[in-house]
Amino acid sequence: MPPAPLAWYLVLSAALFAIGALGVLVRRNVIVMFMAIELMLNAVNLAFVAFARSRGSMDGQVIVFFVMTVAAAEAAVGLAIILSVFRSRETTNADEIASLRW
Amino acid sequence: MNPIAFLVLAALLVVAAVTVVLHRNPVHSALALVAAMCLLSVFFIALDAQLIGFLQVIVYAGAVVVLFLFVIMLLNLQREARALGSGALVVAGGAAALAFLALMVPGLVRVAGPRPADVAAGYGETVALAERLFTVYLLPFELTSVLLLVAIVGAVALAKRTT
Amino acid sequence: MVVDAPLLRWIVALPALGVLLNVVVGRRVAPAAKVIGPGVLLGSFVLSLVTAAQLFGLAEGAALADRVWEWIRAGGFSAEVAFRMDALAAVMCLVVTGIGFLIHVYSVGYMHGDPGFARFFTYLNLFVTAMLVLVLADNLLLLFVGWEGVGLCSYLLIGFWYDKVENAVAGKKAFLVNRIGDAAFLLGLFLLVQHAGTLQVSALAARSGSLAPWALPICLLLFVGACGKSAQIPLYVWLPDAMAGPTPVSALIHAATMVTAGVYLVARLHFLYAMAPAALAVVAAIGAATALLAAVIGTAQNDIKKVLAYSTVSQLGFMFLGLGTGAAGAAIFHVVTHAFFKGLLFLGAGSVIHAMSGEQDMRRMGGLRARTPITFWTMVAGTAAIAGVPFTSGFFSKDEIIAGAFLGAHAQPLLGVVAYAAAFLTAFYMGRMLFMTFFGELRASHEVAHHVHESPAVMTVPLVVLAAFSLAGGFLPIPHLIAPSIGHPHAAHAAPWMMAVAVAVGLGGLALAYWFYVVQPGLPWLVTGRIEGLYALARDAFRVDALYDRVIVRPLFALADVLARRVDPGLVDGVVNGAATWVAATSHLTRRLQTGNVQHYALSFLAGAAVLVAWLVRRG
Repeated sequence: MPPAPLAWYLVLSAALFAIGALGVLVRRNVIVMFMAIELMLNAVNLAFVAFARSRGSMDGQVIVFFVMTVAAAEAAVGLAIILSVFRSRETTNADEIASLRW
Repeated sequence: MNPIAFLVLAALLVVAAVTVVLHRNPVHSALALVAAMCLLSVFFIALDAQLIGFLQVIVYAGAVVVLFLFVIMLLNLQREARALGSGALVVAGGAAALAFLALMVPGLVRVAGPRPADVAAGYGETVALAERLFTVYLLPFELTSVLLLVAIVGAVALAKRTT
Repeated sequence: MVVDAPLLRWIVALPALGVLLNVVVGRRVAPAAKVIGPGVLLGSFVLSLVTAAQLFGLAEGAALADRVWEWIRAGGFSAEVAFRMDALAAVMCLVVTGIGFLIHVYSVGYMHGDPGFARFFTYLNLFVTAMLVLVLADNLLLLFVGWEGVGLCSYLLIGFWYDKVENAVAGKKAFLVNRIGDAAFLLGLFLLVQHAGTLQVSALAARSGSLAPWALPICLLLFVGACGKSAQIPLYVWLPDAMAGPTPVSALIHAATMVTAGVYLVARLHFLYAMAPAALAVVAAIGAATALLAAVIGTAQNDIKKVLAYSTVSQLGFMFLGLGTGAAGAAIFHVVTHAFFKGLLFLGAGSVIHAMSGEQDMRRMGGLRARTPITFWTMVAGTAAIAGVPFTSGFFSKDEIIAGAFLGAHAQPLLGVVAYAAAFLTAFYMGRMLFMTFFGELRASHEVAHHVHESPAVMTVPLVVLAAFSLAGGFLPIPHLIAPSIGHPHAAHAAPWMMAVAVAVGLGGLALAYWFYVVQPGLPWLVTGRIEGLYALARDAFRVDALYDRVIVRPLFALADVLARRVDPGLVDGVVNGAATWVAATSHLTRRLQTGNVQHYALSFLAGAAVLVAWLVRRG
């Protein structure tokens, strides 16, 4: 049987990205929102690897390497911020952390 | 990869993703995220990106999600009464995500080229990645290391108790 | 041929220096102003004589030039501060400085004891400076500077005794009416620059051919400017009011010099007017009409200075009639003789007013013949000259103008008849003035009668000098001298019948006045009783001022009122405030975007990304 075509990987990546985006938009808990962001990043990683495979080039995988690194750093810092906010406000509800407004 | 295997694993992956996004208990969301990471790793390996696949499990599933769990435990988050935000937000968000998907898919399908049958020997292995990383992408590599240092310092500084 | 003459700038600079000295020294050192004022004028007069002598020693048509500095250079246009004396300018210069000097000397006596003594001479010197700039200017832009300068000084001097509101109002009226003329003048200058590229008179004369299609509008516009400055219909209304100023001012500015600037301008630009005969016809018609109208009004005036004011307007009309019929030489000749006898008449009137302790109404004068003999006899000379008694200066100059009206290059015989009528009235009302003031019984109060005395020598000597010129000045060969500067107009020689009619008209007018005011003093009342309506109209100057007020002034004020009270707060402030309000309202709306909720921001990211993707996909 011929292997799955490249396009399927890309469609899967797009679907994951959309699900992750939905999660960012609709969840109230900021930690779960963060997890959804990680999901989006992974979706992009999948797309990169698929394209790299399609063109036979290692550059796509190098980019994925960097994305992973930066995502890890960002997760650490972001969770530290959430901890700090939780300490002052006793909440992880996005709606209640909205005082920088008009 | 075998198309049938692909479809099965893809379905599982989508289910895991939806669980992450919609489940009311944050711990369950985190566990679903682990599952999604591992499934993605399978896909990476299927695409001849062996090192990346392993790194996915080690870094993401093994470190990042664990970090998430630590924080959830630290904050003692409970199962939420209401998972989602206001109705208007759900509708708007859903519409936007759907629109995005609808626009992306045709474009992607058009762009995707044929899958070459064979790749070069040593494609996707550590040596190949390292070769690229330490020559062409040396500068971003160094910068990333500085970035990690900054992130560490920042995370420590932000999370410290101020009393 | 043009000769360089660095002395020219000193003719102008000396009075300017006088201004400076009068300002700095004049008030501190009391006698200083009365020496500085006339002194610089004398110096200027001597220099004018020297340079004029030099000029007339050269070949015919020569000119003296003095370039002081480069003033404006913009693209292809340039205007310099440069002076040029040709025959016409020389004659005007001598008149301005000579008669100016005499009037300055007279003023030392007339303004004696006035708290603004030094200020008076400062303004007077400033006036002479501006007038000389006007006369000697090489280009029309510099001329306009002098033009505006004399207008300013006129305003300052009319309203000299400004603590009385009417005087200030009169000064303001003079300035504003002049302004209307100046606006037209400027438009004419703009057209000249646009079509000739220069305002230098000699260059314009050389290029006059290329200006031919535009000659008519330019000439008409410049003539409107001349009407303002020289008090012709419809812009003459300021001159009678200008009598609010001290009498020497009336003599110098409103008789001898400033008001002749318009005549000078038209004569200077004779080559332009030669290309637009229609403009010349307009000039002549307005001149003649003004001459007659002013004469009629003058007949019904009782204030001695008002009579002389309307007389000036009328005589200026004669000058423009001369210009318009191609007798420019005659017109300038009349400028000179008019300067002599009108200057004399005003100074004499000043002497009378001085003697009558400030009284100006002729109905309360009379019998001054014996009590102020020098004033009387010099006034007789002046009256004779203006009426055109044979062999006086006025006789010759008026004669030439009337000859021009019938026989000149652009003759208009009908206007000649009008001129005769005006001349008759002139003789009549001037005789009336003479007889009412000096003959009969003194009709003043006992107080005033007691103080009547002849003026001091410093005032009577200038009177005598001017009287001599009024009588003998007709023998000066003015038209011949200036002919090269004004395009050699065809000198019409009066036919014998014209001279006879002129003499009859002049003597007849005087005789009639004698009959009315000396022989049968009750006659005037009878006559005015019969023509009461007409008399009232003439006395009120045909209510022109009231007409202007109704038609022009009041609508303007109403417009200004609307603009100030409605348009400015409503529209202008409205726009500005409205802009601010609009900004505030817009920001009120747009700030609702800042909800502080991260998810809302993320939503807009995604929406934007979706749009971008759609565009990229569409692009293919």
